[in-house]
Amino acid sequence: MKPATLRLPGLRLPTLRDVGTEARLLLIGIPVFIWTMVPIYHMFLFAISPKEDAFSGKLWPDHPTLHNFEIVFREQHYFLRDFYIQFWNSLVIAVAVGALTLFVATAAAFSISRLRVPGGRLVMNLALFTYFIPAAFLAVPMYRTMGNYGLLNNHWALILAMVTIASPYAIWVLKQASDKLPVELDEAAIMDGATTLQIFRLVYIPLMMPSLVAIGTYAILLAWNEYLYAFLLLSNDTEITLPVALGNFLAADDSPWELLMTTGFIYALPPAAIYYAFKRYMVGGLTAGAVKS
Amino acid sequence: MAITLSASDVPGAPLSARLTPAQVWGIVLLTPYLLVFLAFVVYPVGYGLWLARQPSSYVTLYHDPIFARAAVNTLIFLVIGINIKMLIALFLSGFFVVQRAWIKWLSVLFILPWAVPSIPTILSVRFMLNPEWGVINTLIFKFTGEDGPNWLNDPAVALTMAIAVHIWKSLPFWTLILITGRLAISHDLFEAAEVDGATWWQKFRYITWPSMQTLYVTCTLLSMIWTLGDFNSVYLLTGGGPADLTHVLATLGIRYLRLDQLSLAMASIVCALPFVLPLVYFMMKRLSR
Repeated sequence: MKPATLRLPGLRLPTLRDVGTEARLLLIGIPVFIWTMVPIYHMFLFAISPKEDAFSGKLWPDHPTLHNFEIVFREQHYFLRDFYIQFWNSLVIAVAVGALTLFVATAAAFSISRLRVPGGRLVMNLALFTYFIPAAFLAVPMYRTMGNYGLLNNHWALILAMVTIASPYAIWVLKQASDKLPVELDEAAIMDGATTLQIFRLVYIPLMMPSLVAIGTYAILLAWNEYLYAFLLLSNDTEITLPVALGNFLAADDSPWELLMTTGFIYALPPAAIYYAFKRYMVGGLTAGAVKS
Repeated sequence: MAITLSASDVPGAPLSARLTPAQVWGIVLLTPYLLVFLAFVVYPVGYGLWLARQPSSYVTLYHDPIFARAAVNTLIFLVIGINIKMLIALFLSGFFVVQRAWIKWLSVLFILPWAVPSIPTILSVRFMLNPEWGVINTLIFKFTGEDGPNWLNDPAVALTMAIAVHIWKSLPFWTLILITGRLAISHDLFEAAEVDGATWWQKFRYITWPSMQTLYVTCTLLSMIWTLGDFNSVYLLTGGGPADLTHVLATLGIRYLRLDQLSLAMASIVCALPFVLPLVYFMMKRLSR
């Protein structure tokens, strides 16, 4: 927008045109804000409302309370009796998926992009192919496969399934990023007598750090958020992850909504926090791959 | 790299002698992914196709009204839902590139649906739509004195809500991608157009759209492929109900699985492949350059 008249900096009065533009922007911004926040605010409202207040349709409860959080943290409800172990399961599985995906994908990307291993391009294409197959389509055969491997109800089933789903994109993004590193780096290191593993450890990994952070975060969030595979592959109350436990709330007719929303709120906090903490890496690292068209 | 590659050109030498140490390491480092791929992609897909081999499964599917309904629902979801979503994303990407402090703050909040897990938020929407206790019908009753509709009991409304939930969840992601696309357009073009007195529409039609069209189409196709696998929006909101009328292919496969009709589950997925594979092929051509 251009100023219609030039005045002293800081003293420019808004013109009619400015006001019109601003009004139009607000006309878009306010609905976007409401649309985005309503389901999240609704969840938050339930979490801080006493049971009686939760259904009143008020914008703010008369007596906001943290009582629901207390019930959840003390596991004082039938549905919550394994809250801590389920939280722990989610955490362990997410971290394991992050670590394994990083290991598998970094090794593969280094091999394909830097070492130019024969057949690397084919593997890359196969991985991309997997990336585009909708996850829900693979879920049915995956369920049977895990049964055949005897892994059902075992955390490894979910970990391995999530690594399978996360690595194609991880490899692809890491390969794109490592293709941009100059070849001269490797050549110089070879001249200095570095072995392949030394190049990998001392040259490649440090240079790839931002992408690795992005991919690690991506894999962790993917695993933490996963519902379908977790619900198919795990079923014991002490083995399941939090999202499955949340889904199980629905099994009862009199499910305690306020507790479900409180647990859901607690469950949603870590990924949101991680996302915002790593936003810089996430947006740069992940969209860079997706935008290339 | 040129130095290390030359040794492999010698034909006829035994495999181990033809490979340089770098290439041996390359194979070693590629092995973890290959193992994952063989054990958890090749084997399940092969096994699944084998399960879906009997023609009788397809006959059963053909006569199952739920399958036909799910196929139609999936088409509605993809063709209408995704296009609406992408048009909104295209529009909002134009909104979010406007330089204002408050728009910057709004864009931070706008990402929330994508950043938080879908389960709690979809269940939150489900509760809002509850006919007796949900906040929407409570408000309708408060202001009009009349009972609100039974939202999720009407298949058309329920499917619309599932699409809305899907849009709510994934709109931020696609908007973000399209914003990146918009920011890549040279600003000089807009300034020149401004000087020439171009209208808002002309700027969009002759500058923005031509440079974003490829990205937009790619995003739309990609979103369609992924939405085929959107299990959560439908399953957690409607559970496929009422009367199994809001299933999509993603939830239908799981429904058959739960009913222990594994061959039907696989057959329903195989039926979708003729539509998915060309899209996948097209996407791979675009992205693997």
